[in-house]
Amino acid sequence: MTNPPDRSARTGRPGAPTGAVPGAVLKRLAGHRLLWPSLVLLALLLGNLAFTHDFFDIRVQDGHLYGSLIDILQFGAPLILVALGMTMVIATRGIDLSVGSTVAIAGALACEHIAGSADPGSAGTVLGAVAVALGVAVVLGLCNGLLVARLGVQPIVATLILMVAGRGVAQLITDGQIITVRSEGYHLIGGGYWLTFPFAVLLAGAVVALTAFVTRRSALGLLIESVGGNPAAGRLAGIRAAGLLTLVYVFCALCAAVAGLMISSNVQSADGNNAGLWIELDAILAVVIGGTALTGGRFSLGGTVLGALIIQTLSTTVYTLGVPPQTTLVFKAFVVVVVCLVQSPVFRAKMSRRRGRPHTRSTGTADAVGRQQEVRA
Amino acid sequence: MARRAALALSTVLLLATSTLTACSTEAPDSEKTGGGNSDGKITLGFAQVGAESGWRTANTKSIQESAKKAGITLKFSDAQQKQENQIKAIRGFIQQKVDVIAFSPVVESGWDTVLKEAKDAGIPVILTDRAVDSKDTSLYKTFLGSDFVKEGRSAGEWLTKEYADDKGPVNVVELQGTTGSAPANDRKAGFAEVVGKDDKFKVVASQTGDFTRAKGKEVMQAFLKSHKDIDVLYAHNDDMALGAIQAIEEAGKKPGKDIKIISIDGIKDAFVAMTEGKINVVVECNPLLGDQLMDLAKKVVDGEEVPPRVETEEGVFTQDQAEEALPNRQY
Repeated sequence: MTNPPDRSARTGRPGAPTGAVPGAVLKRLAGHRLLWPSLVLLALLLGNLAFTHDFFDIRVQDGHLYGSLIDILQFGAPLILVALGMTMVIATRGIDLSVGSTVAIAGALACEHIAGSADPGSAGTVLGAVAVALGVAVVLGLCNGLLVARLGVQPIVATLILMVAGRGVAQLITDGQIITVRSEGYHLIGGGYWLTFPFAVLLAGAVVALTAFVTRRSALGLLIESVGGNPAAGRLAGIRAAGLLTLVYVFCALCAAVAGLMISSNVQSADGNNAGLWIELDAILAVVIGGTALTGGRFSLGGTVLGALIIQTLSTTVYTLGVPPQTTLVFKAFVVVVVCLVQSPVFRAKMSRRRGRPHTRSTGTADAVGRQQEVRA
Repeated sequence: MARRAALALSTVLLLATSTLTACSTEAPDSEKTGGGNSDGKITLGFAQVGAESGWRTANTKSIQESAKKAGITLKFSDAQQKQENQIKAIRGFIQQKVDVIAFSPVVESGWDTVLKEAKDAGIPVILTDRAVDSKDTSLYKTFLGSDFVKEGRSAGEWLTKEYADDKGPVNVVELQGTTGSAPANDRKAGFAEVVGKDDKFKVVASQTGDFTRAKGKEVMQAFLKSHKDIDVLYAHNDDMALGAIQAIEEAGKKPGKDIKIISIDGIKDAFVAMTEGKINVVVECNPLLGDQLMDLAKKVVDGEEVPPRVETEEGVFTQDQAEEALPNRQY
């Protein structure tokens, strides 16, 4: 995940001094961008605890961890990955609508490969299936990236092509059927456990950590932000935007493909029609909840992970509380609106002004100004 | 160079998609012979919804094979889940002066105009699998398809019989289909109608699993955490049940024993699960209505009276019948 002190120090945000006074620490915490998503996630989890008293219980069942929190992590892992790729694309002021189709294609290719092989359980077959899926994902990502970077097609249009056509491709691969595979090796990716931990969670965690390391410990993150923040300035500074754009779309497609492998592996079947349906919207939502602006120019990996976990926890909450299916979407929309409002500095400033607390107001406005400066920077 | 190659590849990919789908719609058309009444053979124009699921593929195959068997010339069109394609296909059939038109409406409404055109041309229409909401029932001769409410009732009846000697309470969780779809509404209503008569049955949780395995598993996992004493799972289709089975196994329980499972559709994978003892009963929703359709088509063309609603032949399969039935499952 991201390193908060490092980040705030780098952006030099007002209202976030690095003092050792307890008051200053509190103030800094209150101004931290990840505070609100974290609080929302905590509130959702505590809300579940009120209804299901052993919600936080984790026990070892048949040699692996078992509990609601583990479920949230395991089902959230694909969404975290898709949202991670989406974060990088959005940081360049782009968007990738084709991730859902890429999820379906990756799952379909892998299952087709395994179902057609003589020894579905062998490591060679599974690795072959993974390689095929990831290889095709690179091609799909290149298509998106080249359309956007070289031909100058708007990202929403360029990726819409693959979003529509991709699902057709997935159905052609599976012949419109659901392909069931029985392979222990393949099941490990999305539904299996390694050292009692869900393998999918470990995999997603590793990808997030690696991405954070590469983008924040090298100039890459800054370069990507510069492409989204101010392309003209970036070009004058000698940044090769086209290469970076292509790179983020390929990365996004790869993340989606791994997510597709997880989803299809978890249920040991490939469903060209439904796998990853609307996951692009969930991913965009996760990115936005996490505090990455759709206008590009900056991104927060930690925020995205929190956003994805909030969305998955919300689904679990719906099942646990027994919200009627007809009103599920309204319930989710309500929570999302609340999350977006509490995160909006303008809204928070307004609310605190109404309550007449000048102290909070000043930090709130300072925060808003700070954000604007950051976007412009 | 690399950029050109990738671009060419993407173009080829897109082209391949469009041509392949086009092939699949046009191929059956090329089989048409003669047409009209010239050779005394009945010509049936069939406008299919698309190929969105294994169930639908089996449905298409059954119609094509039965037509061949019955000596009926079939003009087949695939609407790819779009109403306008289906209307175009039906207009095409009217122009070609087929003897009878059959179709599975993509959606329920908006059919009056094209059905009236068929009526004016004197071509009888048979609806299959899905209904239309047209008030004027003279626009079509008959409806051939499944009764989703009855399927729900059959599921409920099996449950009441299974627990006849049990004092209860029996805790049931329900995995619904896509919210608002006809099969989800009707299967829920039919089941509730039968099970609701006895107080010992309690539906403790009911959520949508969108008819998919992934959702079925996810929702069932949450059910297992929030309800400790689940006795029965009722799933609106096999795919959700198959997903739920994995969730139950991961919770360390035995599907089919610790939690009894009732499911609807009758796909091959569900029969495999039944032979393994993981599903207790499957209520069939039969896509193989080809033979019945050809029968009806002949009767309608000959001017015989047909009932306004014909139900497909559907069974209820339990574990002891599964082994025997499995080799014959076509979908």
